[in-house]
Amino acid sequence: MNKVLMSGNNVIAEAAIRAGCRFYAGYPITPQNELTEYMADHMRNAPGGVFIQSESEIAAIHMVVGASAAGLRAMTSSSSPGISLKQEGISSLAACELPAIIVNIMRGGPGLGNIRPAQGDYFQATRGGGHGDYRTIVFGPATCQELADLTMDAFDLADKYRTPVMILADGMMGQMMEPVIFKKPKPRQYNEKFILRGSGDGKSKFIRGLILDAIDMEEHNWKLARKYKIICENEIRYEEHQIEDAHLVIVAYGTAARIVKGAIKRLRDNGMQVGLFRPITLWPFPELKLRALSEKIKNFLVFEMSTGQMLEDVRLALQGYANIGFHGRPGGVVTTPAELANVIARHYDKED
Amino acid sequence: MAKKIFGRPQSLKEAVFHYCPGCGHSIAHRLVAEVIDELDIRGITIGVPPAGCAVLAYNYFDVDMIEAQHGRGPATATGLKRSLPDRVVFSYQGDGDLAAIGIAESFHTANRGENITVIFINNAVYGMTGGQMAPTTMLEQKTTTTPAGRHKTLDGYPVKVCELFSQLKGVTYVERCTVTSPANINKTRKAIKKAFQCQIDGLGFSLIEILSPCPTNWKMIPIDSYKWIDEVMSKEFPLGVFKDNTTAAKKPAEAVS
Repeated sequence: MNKVLMSGNNVIAEAAIRAGCRFYAGYPITPQNELTEYMADHMRNAPGGVFIQSESEIAAIHMVVGASAAGLRAMTSSSSPGISLKQEGISSLAACELPAIIVNIMRGGPGLGNIRPAQGDYFQATRGGGHGDYRTIVFGPATCQELADLTMDAFDLADKYRTPVMILADGMMGQMMEPVIFKKPKPRQYNEKFILRGSGDGKSKFIRGLILDAIDMEEHNWKLARKYKIICENEIRYEEHQIEDAHLVIVAYGTAARIVKGAIKRLRDNGMQVGLFRPITLWPFPELKLRALSEKIKNFLVFEMSTGQMLEDVRLALQGYANIGFHGRPGGVVTTPAELANVIARHYDKED
Repeated sequence: MAKKIFGRPQSLKEAVFHYCPGCGHSIAHRLVAEVIDELDIRGITIGVPPAGCAVLAYNYFDVDMIEAQHGRGPATATGLKRSLPDRVVFSYQGDGDLAAIGIAESFHTANRGENITVIFINNAVYGMTGGQMAPTTMLEQKTTTTPAGRHKTLDGYPVKVCELFSQLKGVTYVERCTVTSPANINKTRKAIKKAFQCQIDGLGFSLIEILSPCPTNWKMIPIDSYKWIDEVMSKEFPLGVFKDNTTAAKKPAEAVS
């Protein structure tokens, strides 16, 4: 397998195409434009590939709905404000049980925000974002290699569960360059009966989320809920880094987790036993795995590039079981490992 | 042996329409279904219903259909058609769906010259939600959100979809018709057939605007609503062909991707 040096936005696009994605619609927005531009070139040159620069992020998600229904692996990408625009479409994908990938390269917010890396869309990603009782599988990659692997896995999960999957990265991950090996994609497994191709000689079918009868709608909601329960039981991913002897465990994801690893190196050099618990699926959140750590470890510190959103999931897991501290840098600030090490050091002594 | 010359189109399910007495949807549905039968494309047609009175169109049309969110039909249709270029894809929309919330998707789908067909039901009002102003509501027309009549300064002017879209180079065929008489119904059927044929021949974007009665929200009896279209509405929205490039340059079918 060849190692290539590529920037994150391009890695996601290349991984998608290798995974068999053949429909991409997107609208320019910084800091993910390279992804759209990569698709404009490479998707159009892929056999059967369709690229459309749509008139808006809203149009893009609804084009993805059509392409997904037609049986193509479909993707759209954007950044924070554009993801807000897509919410009705994402709710629609969940309701209609259509697979699709949505990539969010997060930037500072709220509102127009800025174009710097941030993690302010965690709530939006993991708490639905759009209306109604649904969940979206959310991946929080932390390296370019994970961008490659998780993008491919996202397509498999979307098909397996017939549900939208989100890749939640940030502006730094989109721009940074790291060596990547693209793994061999698994062959697609998706039942023809879900695909709309015209009725042929048989019965026509339709795909819809509108269910006027309350009892029928209730059953549809429970059906989705049962699906989400299975996803929670089977698809959780996380990393435990230097946990075994840790007195203090940092909980962080994505770029924040990278900075934490750098801080841990410095702290361990100074004799402090610090570890990292890194959720990789943000939904389903590895709640029980985290709680299990609290049997031995009583001191946790959540670090996010926001004012504290994953913090709430950590509280659900650990409140009453352990001490939970928080450090946040919202607005697009990217702290350094050295600065973070100082902050962590102050928390280290708190519980002991 | 007796020959059957009239019956329910194959492309219409055996379901009773829920539309109001005198509503134009019933006629429009039937005409679209007749054309699909005539062109023998039922098995390769995929339709996209609107949000609006016709949201349940999949209960009536016996073709594959997929719901779209309000106004997004042309985007969903674009996704379908680009993925399955050899299928026939149509978007069936009302005036709010097409010209208010969905105006960007309608405009850009037309501008890209997507090889789909749009059936545009213009009844100058929002039917399903109870009679509010539509983009095509006429000046001085009373609706529930223009109780004193549509006012040019406060509410703007009615939107002329055919006139606007026929300006776009990507658009191939645009015609406005109505269903107020047998003669008009025949013209509308011909227009719908021409639009679908335009798509089958790979010639680009087609749109048929159908002036359609809404007796319930116009607060008229059906026969008066038909008269109102003939005497008032079609003066503001003239019938006829606004663009016909179907015989001009035949676009190559590969242009879609």
